[in-house]
Amino acid sequence: MNLLIKNGRIVDPVNHVDQVADLLIADGKVRQIAQEIPVTPDAEAIDATGQWVVPGLIDVHTHLREPGFEYKETIRTGTMAAAAGGFTTICCMPNTKPVNDSQAVTEFILRKAATEGMVNVLPVGAITKGCQGEEITEMGDLREAGCIAVSDDGRPVMNSAVMRRAMEYASMFHLPVISHCEDTNLAEEGVMNEGRVSTELGLRGIPNASEDVMAARDIELAALTNAHLHIAHVSTQGSVELIRRAKEEGIRVTAETCPHYLVLTDEAVTGYNTNTKIKPPLRTLKDVEAVRKGLREGVIDVIATDHAPHAQVEKEMEFDSAPFGITGLETAVAIALQLVDEGVLTVNEMVLKMSGKPAKLLNIDRGHLSVGAVADITVIDPRATWVVDPPQLKSRGKNTPFEGWKMKGRVTHTIVGGKVVYKG
Amino acid sequence: MELKRKDLLDIKGLDREEIELILDTAESFKEVTGREIKKVPTLRGKTVVNLFFEPSTRTRTSFEIAAKRLSADVINFSVSGSSVSKGETLLDTARNIEAMRADFIIIRHPASGAPHILARNLRSSVINAGDGLHEHPTQALLDMFTIRERKGKIEGLTVAIIGDIAHSRVARSNIYGLTRMGARVRVAGPPALIPAEVETLGVSVFYDMEEALSGADVIMVLRIQLERQGKNYFPTLREFARLYCLTQERAGHAKGDAMIMHPGPVNRGIEISPEVADGLSSVILEQVTNGVAVRMAVLYLLSGSGEI
Repeated sequence: MNLLIKNGRIVDPVNHVDQVADLLIADGKVRQIAQEIPVTPDAEAIDATGQWVVPGLIDVHTHLREPGFEYKETIRTGTMAAAAGGFTTICCMPNTKPVNDSQAVTEFILRKAATEGMVNVLPVGAITKGCQGEEITEMGDLREAGCIAVSDDGRPVMNSAVMRRAMEYASMFHLPVISHCEDTNLAEEGVMNEGRVSTELGLRGIPNASEDVMAARDIELAALTNAHLHIAHVSTQGSVELIRRAKEEGIRVTAETCPHYLVLTDEAVTGYNTNTKIKPPLRTLKDVEAVRKGLREGVIDVIATDHAPHAQVEKEMEFDSAPFGITGLETAVAIALQLVDEGVLTVNEMVLKMSGKPAKLLNIDRGHLSVGAVADITVIDPRATWVVDPPQLKSRGKNTPFEGWKMKGRVTHTIVGGKVVYKG
Repeated sequence: MELKRKDLLDIKGLDREEIELILDTAESFKEVTGREIKKVPTLRGKTVVNLFFEPSTRTRTSFEIAAKRLSADVINFSVSGSSVSKGETLLDTARNIEAMRADFIIIRHPASGAPHILARNLRSSVINAGDGLHEHPTQALLDMFTIRERKGKIEGLTVAIIGDIAHSRVARSNIYGLTRMGARVRVAGPPALIPAEVETLGVSVFYDMEEALSGADVIMVLRIQLERQGKNYFPTLREFARLYCLTQERAGHAKGDAMIMHPGPVNRGIEISPEVADGLSSVILEQVTNGVAVRMAVLYLLSGSGEI
């Protein structure tokens, strides 16, 4: 069955297309984009009047938790959440149990994703064995098995010499090295941003410097090794400036930030809501403004979710004891649209940062709607309003800081390889 | 008379009238505790549960005596270690206690915000008896009571709080309470023990103790937790004491009639010298006496009972 998306606003920034037209999908590929493509009996029609038809969104930073933490999320539920959020491709981080540091784990994830997954899953392999920060992984094997990048996300490689060797080795396989920039010694036992609010709440603080010093280190190592460094979840003014300077100097660095760093500050922690406990922590307004500016000016290339589901019992703990992390797949589009509404991003920039740019940094042929391209497509109703109600989210993790928020903008169709995998 | 709130979680959320109401009420209860028969029937039939997740002698005993003098039934429930190590969440524990129809839950917990979790989820009145580094509201109330009793007022006084401000819930509660009541508050200690951006709470920061004490009406010395050693907040207790121990000589920089306070337990010779701790200007034991009256006042005002 072919699919015909009628009368939508087609936004395809990679091809500089932004027009109302029809889009025909045949054999899982984009067949034709034109005005008034006639409806034929072999094509199912989707009326996209007033909606945006964009390349399928790509999340470079997702935690699927399987294998090992299926009580938090599974490949099945995580990809259902991705589909509901408009993501057609997601990159799953290796901090599972066991850690994805071998072909066997990578193959397990890909097999599960092929049989139970709703969207494309691209595994990220570990930088070091067991994410222990000591011995680098067999990245050749990982690449061959299907990993598209390496990262010790959540457990930064503290030893600079290990990171240097890892970056040198990864560059041989053209694997981006995704760095969770955090000096864990500086972060100490911190549970939120260090500043006025942490002082008021009596919670141990994590200074901006814990992110900035590692961003600076990794940028220097990228310059030394000529590896592709991708800095995950940028949250501080300092790291935005470091990345800006590195790009000006021609160092191979890309960067992402997450929706929550664009709309929340550490004030959200007031009341000790554990669904505001994340690493890096929610920062101050000054940082939010700097990250927004960095995003607008292209210093930050990508919006990623850092979707990090946890079980309710884990988040019902005292703030100090609750795990770090919040979900994000199903709220990302609405938050990104808020930025469009506020004039931080244009529609084209938003789409580019959630599809074209992630595809480019991962070196995959996705993120555009050229004729012949794989039909990974997201249809968004930018005016639909909804309220975030955690029990209704597809993800097994209900730990969203946006509970009760009135959102504008919702995914109506997610299409992967020409098949509708989600209908809103 | 009553506080228009279910819980007492912090001083930050109290306005000046509420603080004055508590202090005034405590005065009446102090009179009760001076009687031959130190008991009133105000909370007869009510159940007060002391839920302590940290070792404490004086605060727990003080709450227990306060509740008993109001004729409430008191149950002490001590839990060692956090709820995580028990495999039961804090909320589970509290829900079980509430199911036994506790009217008041008095909680001390090593995690900041733990009382807030209970307050949000339970119908019982929750009183914070110290949460992590956050607040210890009844301690600040008894400190303010003691200051007002001695000095006749709080407004316009200069109060110097000395020592480990960063890890002190007593300091935070006093900063909120004293500034709200119109006192000028100074804090002094080594930089690592001064919390980030504490000036935004309306205090001035000093690293030199003598400067901080100069002209002070009240000196509040905090307990230095011995487990803070070895984390490089300061090199050694020896040097900490050399720089910040309240000695007779240093106390001389404050006003002649300055009163000296300490929330206890005292490390004599580390944050305060024995002769100062036990000297004439020290009100350390009065603080303990007043603690009972203040806690009676808090229990009474939260219960919404009629006349005393």
